[in-house]
Amino acid sequence: MTWDSSRKRGATDGLWMKCTSCEAMVYKKVVEEQHHVCPECGFHFRISSKQRVQYLLDEGTFKPLFENLESTDPLNFKGKKSYREKLQQAQKQTGNREAAVFGTGQIMGKDVVFGVIDANFIMGSMGSVVGEKLARGAEHALKHNMPYIVVSGSGGGARMEEGILSLFQMAKSSAAIKRLQDAGGLYVAVLTNATMGGSMASWAALGDVTIAEPQALLGFAGPRVIAQTVRQELPAGFQTSEFLLERGFVDQVCPRKDLRQRLASIIRYCCKDVAAFRKSGARHTAKISVPAAAKAAAAK
Amino acid sequence: MSGVDRLNVPEFERPIVELEMKIESRRMDLAEEKDQARAKDIQAEIADLEKDLRKLMDSVFEKLDPWDRVQLSRHPNRPLTSDYVAGLFDDFQELKGDRSYKDDPAILCGFGTLEGRKVMVMGHRKGKTLKERLECNFGCAHPEGYRKALRKMKLAEKFGLPIVSFINTPGAYPGIEAEERGQSHAIAENIREMSNLKVPIITLTIGEGGSGGALGIGVGDRYLIMENAYYSVISPEGCAAILWHDAKKAADAARVLRLTPNDLIELGIMDEIVPEPYGGAHRDPRKAMEIVKAALLRHLGELTSLGVDELLESRYQRLRGMGKYIEVAA
Repeated sequence: MTWDSSRKRGATDGLWMKCTSCEAMVYKKVVEEQHHVCPECGFHFRISSKQRVQYLLDEGTFKPLFENLESTDPLNFKGKKSYREKLQQAQKQTGNREAAVFGTGQIMGKDVVFGVIDANFIMGSMGSVVGEKLARGAEHALKHNMPYIVVSGSGGGARMEEGILSLFQMAKSSAAIKRLQDAGGLYVAVLTNATMGGSMASWAALGDVTIAEPQALLGFAGPRVIAQTVRQELPAGFQTSEFLLERGFVDQVCPRKDLRQRLASIIRYCCKDVAAFRKSGARHTAKISVPAAAKAAAAK
Repeated sequence: MSGVDRLNVPEFERPIVELEMKIESRRMDLAEEKDQARAKDIQAEIADLEKDLRKLMDSVFEKLDPWDRVQLSRHPNRPLTSDYVAGLFDDFQELKGDRSYKDDPAILCGFGTLEGRKVMVMGHRKGKTLKERLECNFGCAHPEGYRKALRKMKLAEKFGLPIVSFINTPGAYPGIEAEERGQSHAIAENIREMSNLKVPIITLTIGEGGSGGALGIGVGDRYLIMENAYYSVISPEGCAAILWHDAKKAADAARVLRLTPNDLIELGIMDEIVPEPYGGAHRDPRKAMEIVKAALLRHLGELTSLGVDELLESRYQRLRGMGKYIEVAA
């Protein structure tokens, strides 16, 4: 598709938008219909936690948890902008109190504890509240015997403005996930653009099953830092989902539109209480077939 | 003092070192002086210089800025993991390799005996000589380093050996291969496993506690930090580059990040500050060893008296309590 400049200016009328990846002008409505994915190049645009809930959970099933946790400014951190200002701005922009939005809900009829780290809130970075919600989410899943699904968009990694407290959220969240996993609970990490640093090097890397959205930036050190350190050009596709898949660090790369079905399937395989699953999921899961062995086990 | 670089020191320490060298040279003059009267004069001069030195040191070390402390933590003559291992442990048996890719010299692991107590020792290794430093990437470990550490920790768990971990790294290595081999995954796995490893773990930050690279061998039952060490989510240079697009403002960043031992205690992360000899561990490494040894033995004693369940529960609760937030009315 080519567009002359007069058509391009038409972008401002709100019907069209420019893809941030391939720069094609695309019809907004089509983008929205396709789960905020570019119809031209397949780039997955950043979405809000609300949209994520809408795409992944059964309609009307989401019930928020730990909503009353709010960040403070424990270091009295002053950069160009104070941390307090940054928080207020992010709260205003997203309508959320923090980057982590957690709750319970159902995925194709199966109860889950569900969390999203919203990349729109200070780059989805992890401070005390995000770490606390991740830990509480794991504890809630353990207590109520539910799968734990966390969708990361945490390009900011550990939140610099909370200093050392952020760093140790890596340990806090991982410890809680460990308890859930040791007890036989399922933890699925869904990695979206971008997940880096302290987030990637803790809870985001620890899924029993790990699924990444296409072309997401996933890694430990930021590409600029690496380029400066090694003083050479980074290979094409470095630190993308596909790069991690090839090197064995994620199980699947899955387009956004298929994620819900994929999660439902994984839950089915890893759900020990098959009978209960079938019962609760019967209304919604007509398309999901239960393997014969599981059927036999459930019948006993 | 062979092998010790006396002038490659932080700027605030230079006048001290210069004065010390002056005193030393006058002492040599004194030794050679045959004339008694003149020797007496030199003696008096040395006494005065020593008084000046004490005053100078007091004025410098009384009011160390966070950035000064960061520089002390990186001091070229500061004792390193390898020094503590050599100085504190008998019958040290180094254990290498991650059984998967290679041996990363940036992390040192092995069996060691501390006053008759058998333990697993590990720590970041920065290297002494230039060759060693290059091999160790100046203390920046690759994924295989963290995987090696995890293997040795599991070994310690199997045979009931407590773990002593010396932390001293600017951060995990930020490189292409490190990413290709799963730097995040290696660190994440260590953090997760350490949170529930069934033997006591004492972590002691002896120099730089550089972010995730430090935490990758830094989860445990006791969080000790030496007086002139720091621990931070990001290096002061990295923070300055983000905040002011200028890595040279690292000193300002060091003040903002609250990374000094006192700050870390106040924020509820560290348990205890291990004091250093006057002016820093590098000024009297032998004394520093003694102080560290006493601290390690005390904590080992306390931890080994706990049952496994109690140990793991308190380790978990300690982690669960980290962080500051408020719970507002819904």
